[in-house]
Formats: sequence, C-alpha cells, structure tokens
Amino acid sequence: MSIETISLSGRKKEVSNKKMSFLESLYLVAIVKGLFITIKHLFTRKVTIKYPEQVRPMSPVYRGQHMLMRDEEGRERCTACGLCALSCPAEAITMKAEERKPDEKHLYREEKYASIYEINMLRCIFCGLCEEACPKQAIYLTTSKKIVKANYERDEFIYGKDKLVMPLEQALNNTKLKTAN
Amino acid sequence: MDSTIIIEKGVFIVIIFAITMLMAMYSTLAERKIAAWLQDRIGPNRAGKGGILQPLADGLKLFSKEEFLPDTPNKFLFVVGPAISMSVALMTSAVIPWGDKLHLFGRDIVLQATDIDVAILYVFGVLSVGVYGIMIGGWASNNKFSLMSAMRAASQMISYEIAMGLSIIALLMMEGTLSLREISANQSGMHWNVFYQPIGFIIFLVCSFAETNRTPFDLAECEAELIGGYHTEYSSMRMGFYLFAEYASMFISSTILSVLYFGGYNYPGMEWATQNWGVNPANIIGIVVLFIKICFFIFFFMWVRWTIPRFRYDQLMRLGWKILIPLAIANILVTAVVMLLLQ
Ligand code: SF4
Ligand code: SF4
Repeated sequence: MSIETISLSGRKKEVSNKKMSFLESLYLVAIVKGLFITIKHLFTRKVTIKYPEQVRPMSPVYRGQHMLMRDEEGRERCTACGLCALSCPAEAITMKAEERKPDEKHLYREEKYASIYEINMLRCIFCGLCEEACPKQAIYLTTSKKIVKANYERDEFIYGKDKLVMPLEQALNNTKLKTAN
Repeated sequence: MDSTIIIEKGVFIVIIFAITMLMAMYSTLAERKIAAWLQDRIGPNRAGKGGILQPLADGLKLFSKEEFLPDTPNKFLFVVGPAISMSVALMTSAVIPWGDKLHLFGRDIVLQATDIDVAILYVFGVLSVGVYGIMIGGWASNNKFSLMSAMRAASQMISYEIAMGLSIIALLMMEGTLSLREISANQSGMHWNVFYQPIGFIIFLVCSFAETNRTPFDLAECEAELIGGYHTEYSSMRMGFYLFAEYASMFISSTILSVLYFGGYNYPGMEWATQNWGVNPANIIGIVVLFIKICFFIFFFMWVRWTIPRFRYDQLMRLGWKILIPLAIANILVTAVVMLLLQ
C-alpha cells in the first residue's frame, strides 16, 4: 500500500478530479440532493435561545457579576481591607472604609466595613482574582448567576453596593437551607 | 370605450400595484425567516408578533438613513438607475391574467390589466430593460466594483435571455398564441404545460433565477469580490429600491412561471366548481390558487438561495451557453417532431 492511500482513521477520501459527465455538469442532480438536505432542516428543532426571555443555564463556575456576600446572620462580610482592589489587574475596584458603630453590629460582621464599594464593570475583566484574594470570603463572581447588562451610559457601569451586596432575603434563605440540611 | 372601463381598470391596476408591493415587502421577511429556518434558527421575531412588522421597520430604517450621493459626474443617471429597476419590475404585472373573470355589478370584470396579444414579447421586452437599471446604476456610481458588477449582470442577463427565449419557443409552438390569457385558458383541466414541457420548464426556471439575479446566479452582488455589487454606492431608499426591485421581480417571475407552466389560475375541479357554485366563487378560488402557486415559487427561489452556493463566473457562462442553449434547441426540435407525428 502506498502512503497516499493509507488512512489511519478510516475516513480518508480520495479527491477525484475526473471530468464531469453531461448530466453532472447540469448540476441538477446535486442541486436536488442539496434541496432535500435543506428542506429537512426546515422541520428540525430550532437551536435559538430567545435570550431575554429564555436564559441558558449557567455553569457553576461561570464568572458573572460580582456579589458581596453576607454571612449566616445576614451581616456583610467585607471588612474593607482592600486586598481585592490590590489584586485586581484592571484597577476596577475602589472602596472607602468606615468604623462600625456599636449599634451596627447586626449589619456588619467586622469592626471595619466598606461604606462605599464600587466596581467599574467596564474595566473589570472577570478574572476572579478579587475573589481569590479576599480573606473574608466576601466577594464571589459565581453566586449572582447574572451577566452584567449592556447600557448606554458609561456611568451606569460603575456598580455600587446597592447592586453588589447580596439581598438580605437570599442570605437568610441560605441560612435556612443550611440548617435544614 | 366607456368611462366605466377606465375606472374598472384603474382600480384593478391600483390593486395589483398594492399587491405587488405587499408581496415584495413580505418577501423580505419571508426570505429572512426561511433563511433562518433552513439554518435551524428562528429568524426576526421582535417587531410585532413573530416579526410580522419587520418589513415596516426595515422600510422605516431605510427611509431615515442619510441619502448619500457619491462624487459622480452622472448625478442624473445615479438617480435614474434604481427608478428604472423599480418601474420595470412593476410594469410586467400589467399583462398577467390574475384570474378568469368576475361577475360584479352586472358586468364581467376581466382580471387582467390589459390583454395584449403579444404579452410574452412584452414581458421579455420589459424584463430585458431591467438590466439597464443595474447597468446605469453601476456606471453612474463611479466605482470600479459597481461597474464590474454591472458588467457581470449585463452579460449574465443577455446570455440567459437567449436560453429563456428559446425554451419558451417550444411552449409557444404548442400553444399557438402569445397571449397569456389564452395560454392560461388552454391549460384548464390539468393540461398544465409543465407536464408537456418538463425540459422547457427546467430551462425557464434556471433562467428566471439568472434573470432575477438570485443565488446561485447573484454574481452581480458577489460580496466577496465586489463589496456590495452595483449598489455599493447607494444608500437610503435608493438602495431600498434596488433591493425592493429584486423582490418585486422575483414575485413577477414566480407569477410568470405559474402562468406559463403551472396552469395559472386553473385548478383541478374548476369546471365543476363553476357549474355548482357559480362563476364568482370558482374564480376567486382560482385567484387564491394562483397566489398559492406564486408563493410556492417564491419559497422555491429562497429555498434554492439557502441551499447552493454562488456559481463561479466561468461556470455561469458555461451553463448558459454550452448547456442551456443547446438543450433548449434540442427541446424545440423534439417538440416539433412530436407535434408533427401527432398531427
Ligand atoms: S474579577 Fe478581576 S478584574 Fe474584575 S474586579 Fe475582580 S480582580 Fe478586578
Ligand atoms: S471584598 Fe474581601 S478583599 Fe475586598 S475589601 Fe472586602 S474583605 Fe477585603
């Protein structure tokens, strides 16, 4: 067997350059065959996902919009240490720290908390380094299961705590689920 | 000639015009939908229910675009080009028999704008003027790609017009008339010409694709080589006219195909319907049947477009000159011999 005819996969096809017969050169047979192939697709299931109404299930490790976590009692975990901002390769995170007042113990877990915490979603590259850097497990990209939405205004892409912090109900729900298990 | 006939024809022409426009408009939607379906997608579905308002949105968009005039010495021709394309595409519908006749207001209304006895010659004449729209537009654009595309379109149309004309001769020999009304009437009772002239039909079909510049013969709009083809320099509604003209002429081509080869408004059981239900219902069904046939052919045009790729230019010319024309001549000879033998 010459090397040209060997096919390890068994799927190799020889290209033939033979002259077309008159019938073939009319292309009609080939075209009719092609038409049957396409008409079959008219009746197959459509693969389109109608996006805003229908969403594709996200993989558990999908890195989407960040979420600032709360602990079991619903207190914010972030202590405004700034490690996330330091680790961020895109300089997307800014924050301002504040001391916790005695009557705010139910709101913030640590003695220092972030009064302002902003992520510029236009700068963010969703690398997840902030999540890795955080010593308090306060920021996650995988829990929100959200994609950052498009917008017409650049200002709108700076997400503050109002958009980032986990909703209280969600935190309480999580706790409930945990205790139930 | 009394004045009622003028009113009658006037109303009729307006209706036909509106229908042609409507069909052309919705062909654009159908094209996108069918393209999507054949590719396992669902197509435009945001404007209106299931995308039903998409053509309006497209038209509105085209209207609101900037009307750009390139730096060309032929400003007049630049404007005339799309106008010719559009008017030619609409003119052909004048001789199409849309139905037999209706009995309304105590008089017979013939469902045809005008029954001239050289209807086929008229159709061919008007269709071949269509190439001027493209030629003039491409020439006046002052752009080498447009010009090249216009040349391609012109040579393609001229080549395929010959085969088209020859294929129709065999049909005319059988029919013995050039009037589309008589040809339609001759095909009553399932004597559709496609059964007697299958080869002629296929040649005519292929040539209609070439004449309307549809894939696989849309070399004039070959994006890979010619940017957008002859309408590269056009924008706004002038561009819209070119696109619209393509769909209008597709509608007309489908109509001519149905009338010449698929029995026009005839359907099986038409005589029975006329006797039992009267003239009007039978003929209204006839109109509906004609439109079903037309829609089928429009669908076919699109189906083919999304099935096969564009021909290479040499393949196109070889198919036209070396295959279709000899085949058409052979078809004439065979038809003639068979007709003589049957006499
Ligand atoms: S995901 Fe990466 S880029 Fe985005 S904020 Fe976190 S560290 Fe910065
Ligand atoms: S999110 Fe984590 S790393 Fe960032 S400031 Fe808060 S506690 Fe520190």
